[in-house]
Amino acid sequence: MAHHFELEIVTPQKKEFSGNVESVSCPGEQGRFQVLHNHAPFLSTLAIGVVKIVDEQGAEWRYAVSGGVAQVFHNNMQLLADTAERSDEIDVTRAQSAQQRAEERLRQHAEDIDEERARAALMRAVNRLKVAQKI
Amino acid sequence: MANLREIRSRINGVRSTSKITQAMKMVAAAKLRRAQDAIVSARPYAYSLDGLVRHLLARVDRNTLPVMTKREEVERVLLVVVTADRGLCGAFNTNIIRHATQRIHETYAAQHEKGNVSLLCVGRRGYSHFSKRGYDIFGHHIGLINSATHADASVMMGDVLERYLNGEFDHVEVIYNEFKSVIQQRIREEQLLPLPEEKVEETEGQYHQFVDYIYEPSEIELMEYLIPKHLNFQLYRVFMESNAAEQGARMTAMDAATTNAKELIHDLQLSYNSARQASITTEILEIVSGANALKAE
Repeated sequence: MAHHFELEIVTPQKKEFSGNVESVSCPGEQGRFQVLHNHAPFLSTLAIGVVKIVDEQGAEWRYAVSGGVAQVFHNNMQLLADTAERSDEIDVTRAQSAQQRAEERLRQHAEDIDEERARAALMRAVNRLKVAQKI
Repeated sequence: MANLREIRSRINGVRSTSKITQAMKMVAAAKLRRAQDAIVSARPYAYSLDGLVRHLLARVDRNTLPVMTKREEVERVLLVVVTADRGLCGAFNTNIIRHATQRIHETYAAQHEKGNVSLLCVGRRGYSHFSKRGYDIFGHHIGLINSATHADASVMMGDVLERYLNGEFDHVEVIYNEFKSVIQQRIREEQLLPLPEEKVEETEGQYHQFVDYIYEPSEIELMEYLIPKHLNFQLYRVFMESNAAEQGARMTAMDAATTNAKELIHDLQLSYNSARQASITTEILEIVSGANALKAE
């Protein structure tokens, strides 16, 4: 009731989450932060990591995100994420194969691969697995 | 009068063609709906991102951002030409190709003369057209446009942006079909890089221009982080638009083809009937005159 605020998680594909929440904790690029009712206007970039939401019923939801921006304004929070998947919707086998693929690439040290990209892919896959397994 | 069997086989031929065009129309209609859904569900993101970029641009000095500063001399141009992979969609591909060609030979004639206009072809149609005619193809993507994801667009745009910042290109522009309505497509050219001014100038959005946010990291770093995202999304949007436009164009083209086939069948049926009647009449005449000849004897 009193200490809730609105949260929206949007990705280029769709609106992933929309509703009243009690608290949101996000992986900011410069460290984790938590947003509660009446937070000051705030803009931050997001790293690859997990977003934890406590909704108005007190239930906890976890989303794996891979970069984006968070914006807080007058009890209205928006997460613009590149991707966002709820913990129980993550495709574990796909994440595992992505992890293997990325590790394989990094091991080969071939010149024609983009090492930075492979490392980012690896981080995303590991993050997904981490979020999926801790249900 | 054509012979009966010939007409009948033509009728059958036209009929089976019309079945195909009918089916293609249905498929295009289903795909169109999916394409439109994709556009609609991307809107919240588009709206928020746009607002953020505008908000930040109002607060930072544009000249510090290399993606925004116009190069004094535009030497190398990259055109992203978005067509379809397949034909049978009316003038969809032809229009794009014609427009792109015109753009190369008129607007960028000076650069083209020095061989400094490169093309990034998305869709097989554009690629096969331009590669056969000796244009400089910087890259091509086939089999992507009808199922392009945001990640696909990001990879492509990331590469282009890097080359732009390296000075490999001075101007990047995309040419595509915009989805106006099911029966209408509009050809559009949009400047991607440098980031066009007028786009960020309009502040009609009710964005909180003067709110003091806490920025983490600083405004300028946030901006540098957001601009690639903005560009990636622009390209993704272009792909979605073009896909929807393509399905719409195919739907109308196939609908027209089906109607034509029906008319054709109708006409053929008429001439088939009259040919049949004529042959029966001749037969009766022959029989009657034969009988008469017998009677006369």
